[in-house]
Amino acid sequence: MNNYLEFEKPLAEIEGKAEELRAMARANPEMDVEGEAAALDQKADQMLADLYKSLTPWRKCQVARHPDRPHCKDYIEALFQEYTPLAGDRNFADDHAVMGGLARLNDRPVVVIGHEKGADTKSRIERNFGMARPEGYRKAIRLMDLADRFRLPVITLVDTPGAYPGKGAEERGQSEAIARSTEKCLQIGVPLISVVIGEGGSGGAVAFATANEVAMLEHSIYSVISPEGCASILWKDAEKMREAAEALRLTAQDLKKLGVVDRIIPEPVGGAQRHRTAVISAVGKALEEMLAAYDGKKRSEIVAARRSKFLEMGRKGLAA
Amino acid sequence: MNWITNYVRPKINSLFSRREMPENLWTKCDECGTMLFHRELSDNLNVCPSCGHHMGISPRDRFTALFDGGVFSEVKVPAPIADPLQFRDQKRYPERMKAAQRDTGETEAMLVGEGEIGRTPIVAAAQDFSFMGGSMGMYVGNAIIAAAERAVERKCPLILFSAAGGARMQEGILSLMQMPRTTVAIQMLREARLPYIVVLTHPTTGGVTASYAMLGDVQIAEPNALICFAGPRVIEQTIREKLPEGFQRAEYLLDHGMLDRVTPRTKMRDELIIIVRMLMREPPAIRGDLPAPADEPALAAPEAPPEATPAAPKA
Repeated sequence: MNNYLEFEKPLAEIEGKAEELRAMARANPEMDVEGEAAALDQKADQMLADLYKSLTPWRKCQVARHPDRPHCKDYIEALFQEYTPLAGDRNFADDHAVMGGLARLNDRPVVVIGHEKGADTKSRIERNFGMARPEGYRKAIRLMDLADRFRLPVITLVDTPGAYPGKGAEERGQSEAIARSTEKCLQIGVPLISVVIGEGGSGGAVAFATANEVAMLEHSIYSVISPEGCASILWKDAEKMREAAEALRLTAQDLKKLGVVDRIIPEPVGGAQRHRTAVISAVGKALEEMLAAYDGKKRSEIVAARRSKFLEMGRKGLAA
Repeated sequence: MNWITNYVRPKINSLFSRREMPENLWTKCDECGTMLFHRELSDNLNVCPSCGHHMGISPRDRFTALFDGGVFSEVKVPAPIADPLQFRDQKRYPERMKAAQRDTGETEAMLVGEGEIGRTPIVAAAQDFSFMGGSMGMYVGNAIIAAAERAVERKCPLILFSAAGGARMQEGILSLMQMPRTTVAIQMLREARLPYIVVLTHPTTGGVTASYAMLGDVQIAEPNALICFAGPRVIEQTIREKLPEGFQRAEYLLDHGMLDRVTPRTKMRDELIIIVRMLMREPPAIRGDLPAPADEPALAAPEAPPEATPAAPKA
């Protein structure tokens, strides 16, 4: 672990000390530091548990954006077999911020689509930090059509700061592409299952997450606007992001209460960035369960259920 | 029209400071600076008669100008629960709502009406930019669903006038969820094979553009309307360069293939009548303000003489 978040600094100190002690012991074999190091470990574990027991919404945002969290590519590689990427929107380009193609989830052929943020500087730039352009949404539309025609369920993994605010993206119809993608999500007669694995940023997320079942990882977020953006508009001060994160109710827990998400996939103490394998397999298990619930359902039922879910949404507030 | 009341009126008042002077008699065009008499401006649907600049217009004034004889009835919109998130920024959300209601005299940011245009029954919905920036929350979602349901019930087209800064942040995720919700409403119209016409007015941005405002069977915009997903300032900050003149304006979108037409407000009603009647496979309308042809029967037959039919829109 070398990427500590700001609020994890005290933890970094303790873990650093324990590591130093062990390094000293390695240099001088006669030194016995194990007792002391173990005490520090225990202290660190306790602190980690305390920190993650009740993360504030703003801290959740930071965890959700943590660079070490598993990304779409990691889930696809670990959970799916025979992943066959299908590229391009047949109009303009292939958007690398959106991955997608055919794959098997435990033998079941599916179409999987997701935002990919990238794992290092080079891949982050190539993936445009997970911010799709219109081509990304149009590729998704094409893949959803394909899935619908061949009766394959669609799985979407959501992890984006939002749609890319660029000149070309606007010229090529960013809003229309998002609107059509959302519309396509609502049309297809196959189950659409979505998991917010990190950041569910605004319209860019809705375009993939208008699903029969929406799950969120415990420390992921889903919001109409970033807390920073909201703060700069409503508080006229981008530094008020803590307040904005609080007010927006963007945590998985609040969204479950509001009826916007259907299930929360728990993360072990310390978050997905510390327990990548465990979280990936938890997501795999949740996907299996959610998909199984739609086995044998008629196309019309699947479409009607999805529609009425969204029509009914928001009829109860947080107070209810 | 906040900028008029906030900037123009104080200036005028300072020029004519006599107290008995009725307020708001003159408006200065923000584009060309011409002083416009209020009646002249409202007769021209808040379009500057000298430069053609389109100023904001309230949904009620728009409907009065749109419907035959200015007659329409309101379609009831189910009220959503108030302040679902108990949102508070520098002010509480219910306080912001009350202020907007006081300033506009409306309950929310969208008005839905039904009536006839050119003797064609329609349902119309118009977003009110002066009400919290026309922002889309649960109420606007409910309004679009109510409008679509009413159109399906009456088997008539829906014409929607969009104007919004985007989603209503004070309703958080629930405002975002209006994107799929309103899309379901549009799908109801599609399935019933009823025309859904969108008139994009200044400004239409954010989640509104990225949902119902871009899903029309025909997409028309008012001249120079700003239409975008991300606003120009956000883009300039991202790409760190100046944007070209007219970027994201109606004419620019028309050039880039994102719109069917750009039509001035004063010609909008006639054009909507033409389009809607063709899509509904109705005979051409005879315009009420045209004199009846001297030697022909004034009845509107499907093969009406060409001079009696409004000019076909030029592509």
